[in-house]
Amino acid sequence: MSETHSPTALPAGRAAPAFTLPATPDQTVSLDDLRGKPVILAFYPADWSPVCGDQMALYNEILPEFHKAGAQLVGISVDGVWCHAAFAGERKLHFPLLSDFEPKGAVARSFGVYRDKEGIAERALFVIDAAGIIRWSFVSPLGINPGADGILEALDNLGAAAPSEGTAS
Amino acid sequence: MTRLAIPVGSQDHVQGQAQAAVTLVEYGDYECPYCGEAYPVLKAVQRAMGDQLRFVFRNFPLAEMHPHALRAAEFAETAAELGKFWQAHDMLYENQTALRDADLYAYGLRLGLDTDVVTQGLDGRFDRKIKEDFTGGIRSGVNGTPSLFINGLRYDGERDVDSLVSALRQAARDAIRPRAATTR
Repeated sequence: MSETHSPTALPAGRAAPAFTLPATPDQTVSLDDLRGKPVILAFYPADWSPVCGDQMALYNEILPEFHKAGAQLVGISVDGVWCHAAFAGERKLHFPLLSDFEPKGAVARSFGVYRDKEGIAERALFVIDAAGIIRWSFVSPLGINPGADGILEALDNLGAAAPSEGTAS
Repeated sequence: MTRLAIPVGSQDHVQGQAQAAVTLVEYGDYECPYCGEAYPVLKAVQRAMGDQLRFVFRNFPLAEMHPHALRAAEFAETAAELGKFWQAHDMLYENQTALRDADLYAYGLRLGLDTDVVTQGLDGRFDRKIKEDFTGGIRSGVNGTPSLFINGLRYDGERDVDSLVSALRQAARDAIRPRAATTR
């Protein structure tokens, strides 16, 4: 599960590039705000993909498992805040969707997961540790929802590695 | 490759023989329309494969999205206690748009499950089993419903009868080859 399908996606071991993006019309979220706990960044192509196979809706169901591992989840796409608001409302999502809208796809680019031709983010996952280091990344073929097994495995490994690093939390 | 984390075992609802050449595991949600679409397809696949196929159903209710999915899964587990899992499973998929509690009680009566039995079954006693299916599914890479695994590997191909049957036949052939190699 450690291989990515993209040569450009930032690999494990690199510091996650800082960003601040709108989560709602009047709120922003910075990666810095999320420091101190593992973060799952889920880049995805667009809101409103088909219902039951939808990656964000699936993660919404799995959210308790992510929280059990102490991790926070954020979704990122190039959709605007109002689109995200409608999508999150309709799907009853309980985690933030960030809008990589202006300049378009800048954060996806900084993580190496922007598709210039289509103007959308890859279906890319990053697990970032409490100190802001990428510990796992994965790019799925655009049409294939990657599920959550890789994320949970990466979070398990984070948990196993934490004591030896002496990071008190 | 995304692999089934929990091997098929005595906790599972199974149709077909353990020694079948190929095992198809479905993670499904009774309220999911795509599972409803897959239901007659999988029946046709079972008929086409005959004894070669073992079919397993595991619960993956997307409860945030489908308000009746968990109750329906509880109902099927209740029926399973009385050896009627597959009748309940089929009845739920054949009546996907009617999964309110009143409907479940009516299906119970049709299956010979008393109202009391259904009431007990819906009290949460099967939630742990359902949750175990769900968690095992996540760990296996279930990425929506239905998710299908053929001999332990997630199947991402088309879900029509011909595509499935040819994938299953291929898996059956692949399963025989390594076994021949190890007995050499």
